[in-house]
Amino acid sequence: MFGKLTLQAIPFDQPIIMGTCLAIIIGILAILGLITYKRRWAWLWTEWLTTVDHKRIGIMYILLAAVMLLRGFSDAIMMRSQQALASANAQGFLPPEHYDQIFSAHGTIMIFFMAMPFVVGLMNFVMPLQIGARDVAFPVLNSISFWLTAAGALLINISLGVGEFARTGWLAYPPLSELPFSPGVGVDYYLWSLQISGVGTLLSGVNLVTTILKLRAPGMTLSRMPVFTWTALAANMLIIAAFPILTATFAMLLADRYLGMHFFTNDGGGNPMMYINLIWTWGHPEVYILILPAFGIFSEVIATFSRKPLFGYRSMVVATMVITLLAFTTWLHHFFTMGSGADVNGFFGITTMVIAIPTGVKIFNWLFTMYGGRVRFTSPVLWTIGFMVTFTIGGMTGVLLAVPPADFVLHNSLFLIAHFHNVIIGGVVFGCFAGLTYWFPKAFGFRLHEGLGKAAFWFWLVGFYLAFMPLYVLGFMGMTRRMNHYDDPAWLPYLLVAECGAVCILIGILLQIAQLVWSIRKRDQLRTNARDPWDGRTLEWSTTSPPPAYNFALLPKADTVDAFWEAKQEVAEPAEQAYESIEMPKNSWLGFAISFFAVLGGFGMIWHIFWMGVLSLLAIVALLGWYSWDEDDEYELTPYDIDRLERVTIHAG
Amino acid sequence: MPLPNASKTILRVGAAMSCVWLAACHEGVLVPKGPVGAEEKQLLLEALIPMLMVITPIILLTLWFAWWFRAGNARAKYKPRWEYSGYVEFSIWMIPLLVILFLGSLAWVGAHQNDPYKPLASNRKPMTVDVVAMDWRWLFIYPDQGVASVNELAIPVGTPISLRLTSATVMNSFFVPQLGGQIYAMPGMETKLSLLADEPGNYRGLSAQFSGDGFSDMHFQVLATDDKAFNAWLDHVKAQGAALDDATYNQLVARHRTGNVVYYASIAQDLFTHAIDSATRRPVAVTASPAQAGVTLTAGPTER
Repeated sequence: MFGKLTLQAIPFDQPIIMGTCLAIIIGILAILGLITYKRRWAWLWTEWLTTVDHKRIGIMYILLAAVMLLRGFSDAIMMRSQQALASANAQGFLPPEHYDQIFSAHGTIMIFFMAMPFVVGLMNFVMPLQIGARDVAFPVLNSISFWLTAAGALLINISLGVGEFARTGWLAYPPLSELPFSPGVGVDYYLWSLQISGVGTLLSGVNLVTTILKLRAPGMTLSRMPVFTWTALAANMLIIAAFPILTATFAMLLADRYLGMHFFTNDGGGNPMMYINLIWTWGHPEVYILILPAFGIFSEVIATFSRKPLFGYRSMVVATMVITLLAFTTWLHHFFTMGSGADVNGFFGITTMVIAIPTGVKIFNWLFTMYGGRVRFTSPVLWTIGFMVTFTIGGMTGVLLAVPPADFVLHNSLFLIAHFHNVIIGGVVFGCFAGLTYWFPKAFGFRLHEGLGKAAFWFWLVGFYLAFMPLYVLGFMGMTRRMNHYDDPAWLPYLLVAECGAVCILIGILLQIAQLVWSIRKRDQLRTNARDPWDGRTLEWSTTSPPPAYNFALLPKADTVDAFWEAKQEVAEPAEQAYESIEMPKNSWLGFAISFFAVLGGFGMIWHIFWMGVLSLLAIVALLGWYSWDEDDEYELTPYDIDRLERVTIHAG
Repeated sequence: MPLPNASKTILRVGAAMSCVWLAACHEGVLVPKGPVGAEEKQLLLEALIPMLMVITPIILLTLWFAWWFRAGNARAKYKPRWEYSGYVEFSIWMIPLLVILFLGSLAWVGAHQNDPYKPLASNRKPMTVDVVAMDWRWLFIYPDQGVASVNELAIPVGTPISLRLTSATVMNSFFVPQLGGQIYAMPGMETKLSLLADEPGNYRGLSAQFSGDGFSDMHFQVLATDDKAFNAWLDHVKAQGAALDDATYNQLVARHRTGNVVYYASIAQDLFTHAIDSATRRPVAVTASPAQAGVTLTAGPTER
């Protein structure tokens, strides 16, 4: 009846895990209690859980990312502390079977449930506003995408208290992830939660590409799209091309584990090398899916705060598209040490380096955007300059790793760990924080407190350098990744410095939480000029903050790249234009319901409770079928309604 | 003049740190003890130094532009419409292009020169050692000498070593930082690596690919000695060790644990082929009984 699930699945004997679970349960109960006390259940249901508004979905994505950042960071600081304590073969405080789950969960959560939702959330919120659209192309699908991502995140966090998580590393290389070597439910948690969220990501990619191609404001040709929209287009095209590979690869591993097939097993003619090739044909484009939108954010931020157009718009667009194409030509550099031979290694070394050309061009473009500008050092600009310096270093170490013989001595070492954190923290995370601070007033109508934001930036920056520069040295000293303990005392001082760095980042995160709380409490003081607080250049700044559900009462026109900036330069009489009726999508609980059954079904499959898995799948199919025949999914806003709503928002904001 | 206490402390910490740094300089990939490692280090520096020469000005320029063109600086010229310059555009494509042209040729030539499958140039006959990665030990088989050892790889200095590698379990990566090179050991497959030690010494070897709970202890010693000491080692192994036939090998593989050095005085014919073949059979696993739901293979008590 309950498959493999018994009460023993809950690790009552592990004080760290049980304490964490208890804290989480108390936290959730407190939040639920607060909602009940404030009588906000109806509000939560209609305004958030069933919303199909791209702005609110974007905000929920970012909220999910923020929560997962805390989870992933807790894993990180535990690993740093373990390595700081486990010198000279001391055992530290985490036994290997627990430590192995922590680093696997850290990587999985940070990439799939922190970086991805953050980036997707920013694209969801900003891109339709930037192109002057009223929503994304398929609003209900957007809600389904978000809730599937949330379902995956929930499943992966259930593994903390029920059963275990994968002990295989974040990409679950077979044969270690195959049944004989990982017979527990850890890998199944990994696979099912990523399968569910991966479908969500793919649907979101389809949705956003359609939106960009079909719903741009009148006059906005492709060559007049803001750079962030360009990078969103590139990232979502990569999602459409790459995520099916991930889904298919995981499906094969699932077939191995559940149906006794032999795609990647040692026996039966399986070949684990195939998995490694396939996972990286998804995995390398994935890093560009994350970094390209961050590049877009930096482009918007640096142009706005330099009070200048972006230098070399066409170069920037070309560079973005070149990276998009080349993203699929470099996957083999993740395993130069698999014995492919000199020609293959040499070829992929060069293709990898070629990507550095358009990336270098981008760095120069941002540099020359500042040239002749009037740079205001707001916190988004600090994140951007921090990125330009940090990312250049990370890019250099990346090119170094692309030289196959250099990779032979640095592969899987802490040098590699330092490299990809250098580009992911210095690039993606800094970009997300820049974007968060930059567009926060657009989403909520008030700014975030600048002082606390700047303090957080400095702690993050210093913390990053303290945490990861020693890892470069340790890589040269021959320390490999994923070590639970080690016998070389010479590594300890570097690991202690890295631990200090992690603590600095912790302070940075706490400052960000303080910034958020302070800003919400003092929001009335921070409301100054909320519609266009930064003297923006693109269309999202032309509507109210927060924008109405329909974004623009009158669809804007775009005749140049910086359409809003140009419009502000002319003192033209606003042409009297009559409102037209707007078709608005109705709220839908479909996404929430599908996600509910996805969690149930995923949990059932993980624990071999197959009846639960099958029934949940049937429920999802039935819901989709039922929804497909539901024609009552829109309502109309008449010009009278719009006029009334506009008057209210203008008075409020 | 007596130094104030604070500066004394700083000096002491500094001295301690520099000791650590010096200790660090005695090991790792920057202190190679053989031609493979030396060439790889050479290439690493040949790539690193030109890149540093390019990125340092870029970083300084970033900071300088940001500072000079700050909003409060009245002396900086404001060009609100400056967004294109053919010369600048041309240069910003050419600079990275030229750097990559150089580094790309370095990568291509380097990949061929340092191909791990290529035999090393030497006037001495290469010695073959077969390597089998296990959970979580390394087995070294000397087919020509007829001996084998666990977690200890003895090699004569100056003789090229032709390693053939496979895994009896999951993927691992064979890596001796000071000798250079690194190659995956994979079940059912054979990879190759050529190494050579120039100087006698004990070098740390390890698995660089995570392979399960005992991974952190999966290291071994490389004993690089002169021929005399190597022959003495062989005699020692032959005098001490037990026999390693296919059955003993299978027992060795079936134990999932870390371990210390073991010697085998004689080996079965074609043991390496047996190792490759037997890895393609379904591994014996600890099945998850209901009482053990959610529990994977656990390491047995370590032999240390």
